[in-house]
Amino acid sequence: MCLGIPGRVLEVYEQDSLPMGKVDFNGIVKEACLAYTPEAEVGDYVLIHVGFAISRIDEQEAAEIFQYLDEIEAAGMAEEMAQVDREAAAGGGEAKP
Amino acid sequence: MKYVDEYRDPQRARQLADSIRRTVTRPWQIMEVCGGQTHSILRFAIDESLPPEITLIHGPGCPVCVTPIEILDKALAIAARPEVIFCSFGDMLRVPGSEKDLFTVKSEGGDVRVVYSPMDALTLARKNPEREVVFFAVGFETTAPANAMAVAQAARLGIKNFSILVSHVLVPPAIEAIMTSPDCRVQGFLAAGHVCAVMGMGEYEPLAKKYRVPIVVTGFEPLDILHGIEMCVRQLEEGRAEVENQYARSVRPEGNPAAIRQVCEVFEVSSRKWRGIGEIPRSGFQLRSEYEPFDAARRFGVDQITADEPAECIAGLVLQGQKKPHECPAFGLRCTPERPLGAPMVSSEGACAAYYRYRRRRPEGEADER
Ligand code: SF4
Repeated sequence: MCLGIPGRVLEVYEQDSLPMGKVDFNGIVKEACLAYTPEAEVGDYVLIHVGFAISRIDEQEAAEIFQYLDEIEAAGMAEEMAQVDREAAAGGGEAKP
Repeated sequence: MKYVDEYRDPQRARQLADSIRRTVTRPWQIMEVCGGQTHSILRFAIDESLPPEITLIHGPGCPVCVTPIEILDKALAIAARPEVIFCSFGDMLRVPGSEKDLFTVKSEGGDVRVVYSPMDALTLARKNPEREVVFFAVGFETTAPANAMAVAQAARLGIKNFSILVSHVLVPPAIEAIMTSPDCRVQGFLAAGHVCAVMGMGEYEPLAKKYRVPIVVTGFEPLDILHGIEMCVRQLEEGRAEVENQYARSVRPEGNPAAIRQVCEVFEVSSRKWRGIGEIPRSGFQLRSEYEPFDAARRFGVDQITADEPAECIAGLVLQGQKKPHECPAFGLRCTPERPLGAPMVSSEGACAAYYRYRRRRPEGEADER
């Protein structure tokens, strides 16, 4: 029950004086209460937990991990290249395949 | 699905596992607090992709698992009443009370219904004014805003035939209880992302300081969990003990102010019993006195029911990370998801159920342990 699922806000309206919305989960559309994410607009992704949006998902923060992974991959590659260069230098110009 | 699929990319996962392997120099024991994370770890075999130095200890963060048996007995007593429509999240139906579970009450004629949200229970109350509708308000901080809103809305709209049976628990006091236990083996924590999306990270700073333990607020997808482990290992290797946020796409340091406001309006902190662990002071919520009319335990006079846990179930040790599920003598034999002895075998977020479902069906000794 602790799982939150990300969904896209399709529509915002009011019901019994609560802000509500239709939220799309990959084709399945459900109603959710948006009282806790007043900043969420149509098109935004929100995290839905037991029928309530508990957080708006920040697109920029979401991309961070992939940038970080690209960086460590690049760093790993640079390290490998340097290794090849060192070996090449040590082996008198014979780079390993 | 956006924000799900890309966080399950196996190649990216391998990259993170490699990075952890390069960072680690000695053994570390890290606890993931949340049952949702335990489920992901077993489902995606994340523990098996880690270097042998790292042991994941499964924490108490499954609300179904820590709900004490006496609250179950209260729920069963209320659900059996003819005027009551008893509403619950689906995973509570098989949790054993002293003698039966909610499923049995239903099969005996009780009106027990599974709902997706407490607001659905409120709708039922409006549609059935001649019945008493009770919602089983179980959960950690994540669920509290929803339950608080249901009660506040019932008060606002004057819906008198609605009440909730409260069994709300809080994560920080559980971390504290684990750290003060003499058998504690935990050196770092992955805190539960969705709990922090609501409550923020402020409560964890004093814990990290006091117990000199790194706490990384972590999400639920495989890349999140691996990234959280990597951040935690880096802190441990560097001798730091800080609160860090891996799950910044959903967690703001201050949490969700609107949700916190609503929760504090309806609930106040109280001591709570945890299944298998016992009473932890200031570890849960109860309704504030203004909202007492919505307290189902009072309305139906089940306040006095008490009960003890079955002796054979070692859920307390499992929930504190002192034993793995398959080290329980009953695991997979006298205790299975079909016939659970204890709550951790019921919920998909329970450690015992996750082990049963994804691995180690029988206790095979140490052979399959690293
Ligand atoms: S396997 Fe069953 S009896 Fe053993 S700790 Fe888990 S829930 Fe309890």
